[in-house]
Amino acid sequence: MRIMIGKIGEWFDHRLQLAAPIREVAEHPVPRSTASWFYVFGSAALTVFILQLVTGILLALIYVPSAGQAWSSLQALNHQVALGWFIRAMHGWGSNFMVAIVLIHMVQVFLFGAHKFPRELTWVIGVFLLLMTLGMAFTGQVLRFDQDAYWGLGIGASISSRVPIIGPFVVKLMLGGPIIAGATLSRFFALHVFVIPGLLIGFVSLHLLMVLKLGINEWPMPGRVVKRATYEREYQALTKQNGAPFVPYAIWKDLFFAAFIILAIAACAFYFGPFGPTGQPDPTIIQTAPKPDYFFLWLYALLSLLPPSMETPFLLIGPAVAILALIFLPFLSGEGEKSWKRRPIAVLTVMLISITLGTFTRLAQFAPWSPQMNAWSGDPVPDRFVHGTTALERQGALVFQVKQCRNCHSLGETGGKRGPSLDAVAVRLTQDQLIRQVIQGGGNMPAYGKNLSPAETTALVAFLETLHPPGQVPARDASRDLALGESSQKSPGTQQ
Amino acid sequence: MSTKPAIEPNTGPVIVPRNDASVSRRGFFMKLGILFNGFAAMVLAVPVVGFLLSSVTRGRANGYLSWVPLGKVSDFPEGETRLATFQNPYVMPTDGKTVDTACWVRHVAGEKFQVFAINCAHLGCPVRWFQQSGLFMCPCHGGAYYRDGSRASGPPERGLFEYPYKVENGLVTIQAGELPTPGAAIASLTGEKPPCAS
Repeated sequence: MRIMIGKIGEWFDHRLQLAAPIREVAEHPVPRSTASWFYVFGSAALTVFILQLVTGILLALIYVPSAGQAWSSLQALNHQVALGWFIRAMHGWGSNFMVAIVLIHMVQVFLFGAHKFPRELTWVIGVFLLLMTLGMAFTGQVLRFDQDAYWGLGIGASISSRVPIIGPFVVKLMLGGPIIAGATLSRFFALHVFVIPGLLIGFVSLHLLMVLKLGINEWPMPGRVVKRATYEREYQALTKQNGAPFVPYAIWKDLFFAAFIILAIAACAFYFGPFGPTGQPDPTIIQTAPKPDYFFLWLYALLSLLPPSMETPFLLIGPAVAILALIFLPFLSGEGEKSWKRRPIAVLTVMLISITLGTFTRLAQFAPWSPQMNAWSGDPVPDRFVHGTTALERQGALVFQVKQCRNCHSLGETGGKRGPSLDAVAVRLTQDQLIRQVIQGGGNMPAYGKNLSPAETTALVAFLETLHPPGQVPARDASRDLALGESSQKSPGTQQ
Repeated sequence: MSTKPAIEPNTGPVIVPRNDASVSRRGFFMKLGILFNGFAAMVLAVPVVGFLLSSVTRGRANGYLSWVPLGKVSDFPEGETRLATFQNPYVMPTDGKTVDTACWVRHVAGEKFQVFAINCAHLGCPVRWFQQSGLFMCPCHGGAYYRDGSRASGPPERGLFEYPYKVENGLVTIQAGELPTPGAAIASLTGEKPPCAS
């Protein structure tokens, strides 16, 4: 049997002549120090990419890229086709894992100085691979043609439209027409299924080829400085003296981690299930609060927190600057120390960027800047705030509720968080300041002057003046006491 | 490169010794062949680029815009703001429900209306009308607008987009057909910030 297999193998190899080059690749010597658990993320990214290709093809067996039917075909995958839900969940979780692993791989490569000479081009192609991965993530979210996808496209169109001069044309090119519709989904399908994966396969191959040709980055040692004139000789000497064949010396860790990642994705898919689809992509259903998938949540937060005047320049210039900085990085620091122990600025940069992105992502999860659309009708004023109040003050509490102040202001932890909590507003603002704020707005609050009768304003402010902790007196205008006498302002501290 | 000899020794069977100035027959034909392919590529590029840009070129001529009826004047009580829906005039067979579009109709008085796009002027999320507080609020980043569409607070830099309208034979009709975006080239949608209404 074994001889038979050997003979068949020989027959094929006589024609294909692939055995020798494959063996050469498998057994090429790598520095022993690189057989480390830190070096498994590249191969893990490749593993997840292959998983995405396979599950993607499986999904394409059922999915219909038509604006009229995509949503129902996803429902069929979830509920009608056996294990369709699992394949969808694998693909969705696979995409989350892929973005995360690609980012971790990039951080590891950067901290280990692997972007330095002679691996600059490997890094630059890696940057393109990151952009394509994010491109796949966004186009994939669009193919899950639900409310989030629909309004997410609107956000994409609104951002694109701000490009000077050509903006409106970019929007029509992106949407494939005047509105988000059938042609939009079709072109995102083409991008997600043909264009970007094709490019990815090409660029991944180049990326791998360069790793093979130039050798894997050795474990960085503090004090071992990269110099263009001597590095390649030193690397060859290192692999000669202290090298080991990639197979099996280093690959076993890659294999273990690859299997672990696939099982982790499968576990998430099995436990959490597929993503969406959320509501139908019907633009007339406006009771929706669209949110992007997690890898773009930081952007969602940023778009809310930037001052309005800075937003457009930031959106248009920021990404270009970030991408150029990544591309030029290996050319600006192509030599010198590789070890993170001697590169404090590199370490601090990574920490700063990850803390920033992490904070924005966390903020976007509970979106404190969005009004809570149902707070005015859903969250009553807690009892303790109206206990023992006068009729006027209770009327004020009603005005407070009916005029939807609760959508932005919380009382006793319930309600919106767009504006400040009003639990102790009377301590911060005097009666005059409260009236002014209600009528004229300001500091991001709309003016309610046109929408409140004088009686309503009086009642509302009377209620707001009761909002202070039991032990604290409300703010008072001292000059008013002096000018008009003690009786001009309501005596503080009577409520609560 | 310049220090290398012009002709590298070739291991292939055909070696045509020549000096720099001369052009061999086959070399000439190869260059001609490349040129011919370049011409073919150009001929092909015209329809390919034309096809790819078709959605843009049609939009340039405002070929997407038409007048669409929203409903009778009596459907919109005076002084109130109501949600209306219409079908986008440009329809493709695979569009499904995406051609249905919503908008807010404010009947100011008599034949005076304001028709606002549903899309927030910030990033296009659907704004909701709150009758009691007289505000449009956006669920995405907290943009808010007054009843006349002017900006009240939040990240939007301008008021809500307004569709041009006319009242004909008792029907409210708007000029629509394109997704309103902050950078829209259509004059009708870039309209001035509406004046503060009473």
